[in-house]
Amino acid sequence: MTSVVDSLLNLLSFTGLDESILLILVLHIPALSIFLVMVVNATVAVYMERKVAAFMQDRLGPMEVGLFGFKGGKKFWGGIGQTIADAIKLLTKEDIVPDSADKKLMLLAPFIIFIGAFLTFIAVPFSQNLVVSDFNIGVFYIMAMSSVGVIGIIIAGWSSNNKWSLYGSMRAAAQIVSYEIPIGLSLLLVVLVVGSLNLGDIVQWQAENRWFIFHSPFTFVAFFIFFISVVAETNRTPFDIPEAESELVAGWMTEYSGFKWAIFFLSEYANMMIVSIVASVVFLGGWLSPLAIINVGIPDSWMIFDGPFIGILWLMSKAIFLIFVMMWFRWTFPRLRVDQLMYLCWKVFIPFCLANLFFVSIWELIGGLFFK
Amino acid sequence: MYKILDKSIIGADEMVMNMGPQHPSTHGVLRLKIVTDGEIVSHIEPIIGYLHRCFEKHCENLSYEQIVPFTDRCDYLAAMHMAHGYSIAVEKLLGIEELPERVEYIRVILAEFQRIASHLIAVGVFGLDVGAITPFTWTLRDRERIIDLFESVTGSRLLYNYIWPGGLAHDLPPNFVQKASDFLDYFEPQIEEYNNLLTTNKIFIERSADIGVMPVDVAINYGVSGPTLRGSGIAHDLRKDEPYSIYKKFDFDVPVGEGLMGTVGDCWDRYYVKVLEMKESIKILRQALKTIPDGDVKSAIPKKIRPKKGEVYSRYETARGDLGLYIRSGGKNMPSRLKMRSPAFCNLSVLNEISAGWMISDVISILGSLDIVLGEIDR
Repeated sequence: MTSVVDSLLNLLSFTGLDESILLILVLHIPALSIFLVMVVNATVAVYMERKVAAFMQDRLGPMEVGLFGFKGGKKFWGGIGQTIADAIKLLTKEDIVPDSADKKLMLLAPFIIFIGAFLTFIAVPFSQNLVVSDFNIGVFYIMAMSSVGVIGIIIAGWSSNNKWSLYGSMRAAAQIVSYEIPIGLSLLLVVLVVGSLNLGDIVQWQAENRWFIFHSPFTFVAFFIFFISVVAETNRTPFDIPEAESELVAGWMTEYSGFKWAIFFLSEYANMMIVSIVASVVFLGGWLSPLAIINVGIPDSWMIFDGPFIGILWLMSKAIFLIFVMMWFRWTFPRLRVDQLMYLCWKVFIPFCLANLFFVSIWELIGGLFFK
Repeated sequence: MYKILDKSIIGADEMVMNMGPQHPSTHGVLRLKIVTDGEIVSHIEPIIGYLHRCFEKHCENLSYEQIVPFTDRCDYLAAMHMAHGYSIAVEKLLGIEELPERVEYIRVILAEFQRIASHLIAVGVFGLDVGAITPFTWTLRDRERIIDLFESVTGSRLLYNYIWPGGLAHDLPPNFVQKASDFLDYFEPQIEEYNNLLTTNKIFIERSADIGVMPVDVAINYGVSGPTLRGSGIAHDLRKDEPYSIYKKFDFDVPVGEGLMGTVGDCWDRYYVKVLEMKESIKILRQALKTIPDGDVKSAIPKKIRPKKGEVYSRYETARGDLGLYIRSGGKNMPSRLKMRSPAFCNLSVLNEISAGWMISDVISILGSLDIVLGEIDR
């Protein structure tokens, strides 16, 4: 699997520039694209969230703001320009900094969170060969980078000098650090079977064998543990205790407004997208067509729905379905209490994960003895 | 309940937090001074008075008729109940024994609709307090239809000024009975839907069962009443125990907390009693709508209200509990003293007793299960 940067370097090699200069020039393209992906994702996802919430709650959601004079239909596309209007509003809002806040740290916090989300995208594949850089430690890198955000959260909560923010950030730190463990252990399952940390290799394995969610009963369980844990890691209901609206006002974001708050929002939705893509890549076959797993005598020539370009569609539809499930959770479930959250992580998920790891090893061993 | 560690060992400091008056879940402008040790609450002091409007003093300078709209503004979520309770007190003071039967029927019908509307808010907001947003919009959607009914009857949607001492402002609109029955047919299955979405949700049960347990003795000592008291397992309902109006004619039960999901008297019980009470109200409404008689609703309204010297204390079961009204008349057209014992005030006073030792999140659910209305607490 090649990466976007490699292909661009190959493409531009005719210019005859020095390779290091060319690399610096070329890197701007994926960087800009990632930023655009994050912004577009946030706009679309916020609109989707509002509409999903509205239909679950028996109302219409945004219906007024159009886009270039297009006012949309009666239901689904009404108010399609709402999030863009919201974004403009947020960017032009006054940036309020409390008197007693630590002003430097308060400015720094949103950028740390943003950088965490931004850097994670480097290793996130959107399709075959459509990844900024193809690490051989992709899974590990994503795990590491997605936990950078928690530093920003702690800084945000501490520097705001507000008791609610402090509570929120302390809860967030405990929660995110705890839930890293079940996430890591469930990913380890896959790494154990494939024998590689490279996301491309993981999908390749799934193309040759089967999707990981169907690999064995244990990976089936692991997928759900993974998914619930990433919901917790992205601070979504029912695990949104760090920003629990009815308890902590807005948690660690209480004192933020305007542009800084918009960055938090951007990163939150970017994280949602990252974890959904990772879940799809690792467990749901990534950019592989779901038609392939049915495999009931369809001739290979019919498999036009596979390949790098159609692959984006498959991966995104899987990821968007997972994002929809997260929204579904959010608008149906109440919120857990902080100790119940910890109970779920340490006393339910982690033992199950460890048991999974053990049984998958045995499964592979027996499978290796009998089936290969 | 959580035990706070011995502070001399770990050297932890306590932190004082102000929850409110501007806070999403203090149900108005209540301020809670919370002493916390980490997440665990060691003491709570509710500080009230942000909505104080001198209701009682004000009443001393208003004629009896003019007080009616003021009572509406006390418990703005159950305005009918307040006006009904006040009217009963004034009628007692005036010595009016018998009202036209149609008046009593209309009062009971509207009061029961108001009870459903108020409980819908309580149920939805309790869901909101534990983090579930959708049940709240669903309950508001159904409450909206009750409010529409009230609008067709009284012309206003929140503060009605409809029940007057001695009668009613005017009669029901022509197709009210049909519309009300249609609503009941629509609403009864909805309760099952709330139960599916919220009541039996595992996370909701985790968040409310066994939490904030209010034992019977604590409840009685603090003068707790209404669904909050019934959640602790005491079937005390003035509609049954001291039937006013025409509640004697109707067949209904008084649901009490049974500890289905945890201990008797926990938050879940206090919540579920309200759900069950909505069902009982539907029962009363169906009977009343079937047998509502014809008649004049204004025939018993006194031309002028000037009671003889004397005093009266009347009790009324509002959606929140036991409303007590003490009125002393000096022989003028204004009361010389009016004292209101508001149910939510007494219910709130128990907060520290039942929530010390729980976590901050639990304090929110306990407060939500007490179902307070600040308009009535501060008056």
